[in-house]
Amino acid sequence: MRINFSVHRVWGVFLRYLYLFKHSFSRWLDLLYWPTVDLLLWGFITLYLQKGVPSYGGWIFQFLGALIFWNILIRAQQGLAVGFLEDIWARNLVHLFVSPLTPAEYLAGLFIYSLFKAFFATLIMSLLASLVFDFNFWSQGVVLFYLVLALIIFAWSIGLITMALVLYFGQEAEILAWALALLFLPFSAVFYPITVLPPLFQKISQLVPPSYVFENLRLLILQKDFNLSYLFKAYFITFIYFIISLIFFFWCFNLAKKQGKLTKIGE
Amino acid sequence: MDVLLKVESLGKHYQNKWVLKNISFELFPSDILGIIGPNGAGKSTLLYILLGVVTPSLGRVLYFNQDLSKKRSEILSQVGFASHYLSLPYSLTVWENLKVFACLYKVKKPESKIEELLEIFKLKDKRKSLTRTLSSGEMMKLNLARAFLNEPKILLLDEPTAGLDPEYLKYLRELLKNYTQEKKLSIILTSHQLGELERIVNKVFLLREGETLVYGRIERIFQNFKVRSLEELYFKFFS
Repeated sequence: MRINFSVHRVWGVFLRYLYLFKHSFSRWLDLLYWPTVDLLLWGFITLYLQKGVPSYGGWIFQFLGALIFWNILIRAQQGLAVGFLEDIWARNLVHLFVSPLTPAEYLAGLFIYSLFKAFFATLIMSLLASLVFDFNFWSQGVVLFYLVLALIIFAWSIGLITMALVLYFGQEAEILAWALALLFLPFSAVFYPITVLPPLFQKISQLVPPSYVFENLRLLILQKDFNLSYLFKAYFITFIYFIISLIFFFWCFNLAKKQGKLTKIGE
Repeated sequence: MDVLLKVESLGKHYQNKWVLKNISFELFPSDILGIIGPNGAGKSTLLYILLGVVTPSLGRVLYFNQDLSKKRSEILSQVGFASHYLSLPYSLTVWENLKVFACLYKVKKPESKIEELLEIFKLKDKRKSLTRTLSSGEMMKLNLARAFLNEPKILLLDEPTAGLDPEYLKYLRELLKNYTQEKKLSIILTSHQLGELERIVNKVFLLREGETLVYGRIERIFQNFKVRSLEELYFKFFS
């Protein structure tokens, strides 16, 4: 019996996907970016764990706390960026902006939606953490809310930059809605302290607001302490990012109107 | 009579190519202006400039004697738009989509307005249907209903007749004519269905490569160019 299998056709299928890389930055990003982030993240966690696990019981809860906080950041950022993409995918962006809706009102609506998403995700995570692991996250005190607010404003900054880049580069840049926040993950001291990082990475993490938030969270969980100067630094840098990202978004929005991209995006 | 819309020396270029050159026209209450031209003539770009989502390189757009670039929100609250080429969020029902836009246009008593429009545009039985389940004709009906939410003084329609069956087409033609006569609505529409367009418009704007070929009242144009239909006029320039 003759097997009906052609190497040429297999090559054709392979080429079909390979050609995508030729025209797509996002696919290169997918190929190179995630493995790099994963390796760095888990490498630094390993380094931290190698230093030894202290005997007191609360130590391990820092990871649960960090996970809840990181989720707040991700939900808030995606609430903004993916919300915007939903309008692009639905080819609804033109409908929105031929109405009296202003870009500022649009952003305000997305900010509220992202808060809703972050709140809902946090509620579920903290409930589960309490029920399954007996870890009452919010018992750390009211200072947690100050930390959360800084995280959310930073998340909005990333969301705004993502939206601006999608307006500038087109739908090709939509992968950034999932990827951009993770760029900050290795430098944010989420699951390990900044001291674990090499000197160059430590310098970078000083410019990343969540690093101060997560260091403070660790202090709270492990030592029941709080560093006010970390909080001020987090807010100061976050506001700079937020203002820059707002300016960048409005600049890209107006440019998209000039270049006619606003009507073509999503086609 | 008051000019509702005045377009002054509008021009638009992308990189080094001019897609619209020196476009000027006026729209009065009850006018129905048909913009015709082959693909790539600049019809959609012109509509998008009139809607403020594309910034012109030259010239200005005045609605109700107010500059669109300066009074965007006030002006757009009185303008409606529907396009065959655009859709509404698929995961929302017909009613939910209309409700969202009723909020954006600050429609008073939105529920009763939505019911009225569902009735007018024959979408009542689709009220709870997800938008993704609509046919292209039904999507156009929904787009039209959305465009009437704010009781616009000027309506811009991009290929509104595409995808509609002949019966509904006739109904829509009568509906639009009634609105222009009774409520003094003015309409700008683009369409490739010249026969259909001829039955409704009183003014015509012929575009070629972004330039005005002909503009004026339809009867006068027919007289001047010695033609009997829009199709004849079209092929006089584009054959």
